[in-house]
Amino acid sequence: METNLADVTIYIALVVSTLRMATPLILAGLGGVFSERSGVVNIALEGIMLIAAFMGMLVSHFTRAPWLGVLAAVASGIAVAALHGVLCIKYKSNQVVSGTAINLFSVSFTGFMLRKVFEHAGQSPPVPKVADWTIPFIEKIPVIGAMIGKHTPFVYLSLLAVVISHFVLFKTRLGLRIRAVGEHPKAAETVGVDVFAIRYLCVLLSGALAGLAGASLSLGFLSQFRENMTGGRGFIALAAMIFGKWTPYGTLKACLLFGFADALQILSQTLGLTFIPTDFLLMAPYILTMAALAGIIGRSVPPAASGIPYERQQ
Amino acid sequence: MQRRLAFLERGFLTLQKSMKAPIVEMRAITVKFPGVVANDNVSIDVYPGEILALLGENGAGKTTLMNVLYGLYRPDEGEILIRGESASISNPNDAIQLGIGMVHQHFMLIPPFTVAENIVLGIEPVNAGGKLDINKAIHDVEELSNQYGLIVDPKAKVENISVGMQQRVEILKALYRGAEVLILDEPTAVLTPQEVDELSAIMRGLVSQGKSIIFITHKLREVIAVSDRVTVLRQGKCVGTGETKNTTAEELAQMMVGRKVVLSLEKEPAQPGDTVLKVDDLHARGSRNLPALKGVSFDVKAGEIVGIAGIEGNGQSELVECLTGLRKATSGHIYVNGIDVLNNQPRTLIEQGVAHIPEDRQNRGLILDFTVAENFILRNYYRPPFAKGINLDYRKVHAYARELISEFDVRTPSENVLVRSLSGGNQQKVVVARELSGEPKLLIASQPTRGLDVGAIEFVHRRLLAQRDQGKAILLVSLELEEIMSLSDRILVIYEGQIVGEMTADKATEGELGFLMAGGRTKRGLLTEGSEESGQYRRRTQEPLKTSFSHIS
Repeated sequence: METNLADVTIYIALVVSTLRMATPLILAGLGGVFSERSGVVNIALEGIMLIAAFMGMLVSHFTRAPWLGVLAAVASGIAVAALHGVLCIKYKSNQVVSGTAINLFSVSFTGFMLRKVFEHAGQSPPVPKVADWTIPFIEKIPVIGAMIGKHTPFVYLSLLAVVISHFVLFKTRLGLRIRAVGEHPKAAETVGVDVFAIRYLCVLLSGALAGLAGASLSLGFLSQFRENMTGGRGFIALAAMIFGKWTPYGTLKACLLFGFADALQILSQTLGLTFIPTDFLLMAPYILTMAALAGIIGRSVPPAASGIPYERQQ
Repeated sequence: MQRRLAFLERGFLTLQKSMKAPIVEMRAITVKFPGVVANDNVSIDVYPGEILALLGENGAGKTTLMNVLYGLYRPDEGEILIRGESASISNPNDAIQLGIGMVHQHFMLIPPFTVAENIVLGIEPVNAGGKLDINKAIHDVEELSNQYGLIVDPKAKVENISVGMQQRVEILKALYRGAEVLILDEPTAVLTPQEVDELSAIMRGLVSQGKSIIFITHKLREVIAVSDRVTVLRQGKCVGTGETKNTTAEELAQMMVGRKVVLSLEKEPAQPGDTVLKVDDLHARGSRNLPALKGVSFDVKAGEIVGIAGIEGNGQSELVECLTGLRKATSGHIYVNGIDVLNNQPRTLIEQGVAHIPEDRQNRGLILDFTVAENFILRNYYRPPFAKGINLDYRKVHAYARELISEFDVRTPSENVLVRSLSGGNQQKVVVARELSGEPKLLIASQPTRGLDVGAIEFVHRRLLAQRDQGKAILLVSLELEEIMSLSDRILVIYEGQIVGEMTADKATEGELGFLMAGGRTKRGLLTEGSEESGQYRRRTQEPLKTSFSHIS
């Protein structure tokens, strides 16, 4: 009986951990979906998340109101995305270079600010974090309740965001226009769709989602900011987006898979499972990422105009 | 009134449609681009229920003028009146509001979207909840398609439908927006002769329901066949306008080019020699990894031009790429002068005497940011006299370039000018000069006159014929049926990666070729069915083929 019980807790831990690890990926990945569906490659997701995680922590620290922190994170995400948008859409700069610049900037900026504000390198002091949500009734169900009944709000928000994103992209006129702009902006313009407005909207939306992803790190799962705490999650989110064929549900599945690989790795460490070296499990998500990028797992076709700045004639 | 008199002086009879007022009047439109005046004081008018042809060579300013009407360009000077009222059209939305619709030469359709989605994009129907009402969209499209006899499948994805249907989708797109005036930009360029006939029937149907059509073209025959009136542009200027029935193709050609032109090419009968190129059961995959060539076999002899006719995307590009070493074939044989060169490197093929005029001169034929001289030596820069150890002997390169420039009449300030800055015709002359100067045995010319004006076309055609008469083997791939028919000695028709017909040029008719190009089966093809030794050779003899349709003769 004892081993049996142990099995169940392992599964619960796995599911809980998978959801936790997947949440920032889902939010950032959805940001990537919107941005790329409109034709703008947003490799800056990583940097946006990092700055948002920092700003969220900062506001929560000074106001002691974690939800204000979340708002600040989203706002700062939008602000940084706006910079990326202006560079890519208005000035038609290389989107990957702009994104890389933002990523490099964000690491130094948050590191500098951390030292400036707290006179402390490495990590911030603990700040108030967003309280967990419990879902009535579901929480009471054995096993399932333990798995999905009580989580940080970001977990539920990310799942809600998937459903909403799918609806917006595939069931509304805005979604049709977003996809049109990402596939063939000139065709969209000839029927009166404002290509630039749609692209700005999508890039800002991706900033908001990546900002929320950043907040989930510093105000959801932890209650502090750590230097470079995103640890490449922005890039993995992009990989999940590709893996998920630029669709919200596909991205969700990919994020859950990546989250699961992460969870497995954490679990095997805590249980002291040594038959697979933990290094290999640590590598697993990244190998999956590379496989997805190389198109080994499922050939995916990006939006045709993704990464190409749009220029009106004349 | 004075302008009208001026037209009369130019030999045109302009009958005023006294009863009706024009729906569109463009007055003295001038559009300047850096370095060129694309439209110079051009005026046109369009009456309800008529087809106006806008005729001119590439670069004459036809598309620019229509882009002004559609709000894509702002004119520097001039005025547009719609239904007699002055209109400011600063973007396509304004044009759509005024009842103007445009079918662009390159379709403005989104391939992964359905037909219905493409048609409603921008003015999508939504239901009460703000959700896209795709069922209403489909219903509306079906209704519209029945009203005007434009058959489409609203639920099909655009990437899976034929070019002819894509064009109908474009027309429906304009009609869905309430267009009264339709601008069709070179609508026949991508169609088979049969589809062209269908299109002219559609156009007639539309004007009979009160629509007006502006039809941009450089094909004289189409002007004569479908238009009510014609306006001719040359080098940005309007050189005449009048009723189509009062003019002739010769007259229009002269106005379009500005000098007398010989519309037909004169050539001696071919003197075919030994087989230079032999392709045997060639198979290859296309860019989407689907089979693009499915057992292609044919040969080209010294001193003859073999033309490959077909609609774009039936394996022509892949065939040319296999023959020039740019694409790996999956099986089969390619013999050049008896040597199997299948899947050899392009350089090996060049050294075997294969020259290639690629269909996309800007991406494959030239390095635009290299000078004219550098582009001339791309095939043989690594050999003396141009290579001197690890250096290039630029003195020799430049001397050689000057030689070619004068021999091929390339209009360039010097050999040190970037190819990018030359006109399309002169760019093509650079390609042709480079490829022909290497004394090739086999010349593969893929769409050698695409986008060129009449003068440059004449030049390229003459050069190709001269090469033939010198005993070179020439494979000509072109989407322009007229070009194939006037240059080739033998014509092969390619359809879905197979050669579906072969005939000598003097016995080929456009109807028959068009029928085969569209996948029609020949009587001979049907006869060989069921016979054990059928095979392609049997189906393709030197005799002309008869189609199973009796009305084509």
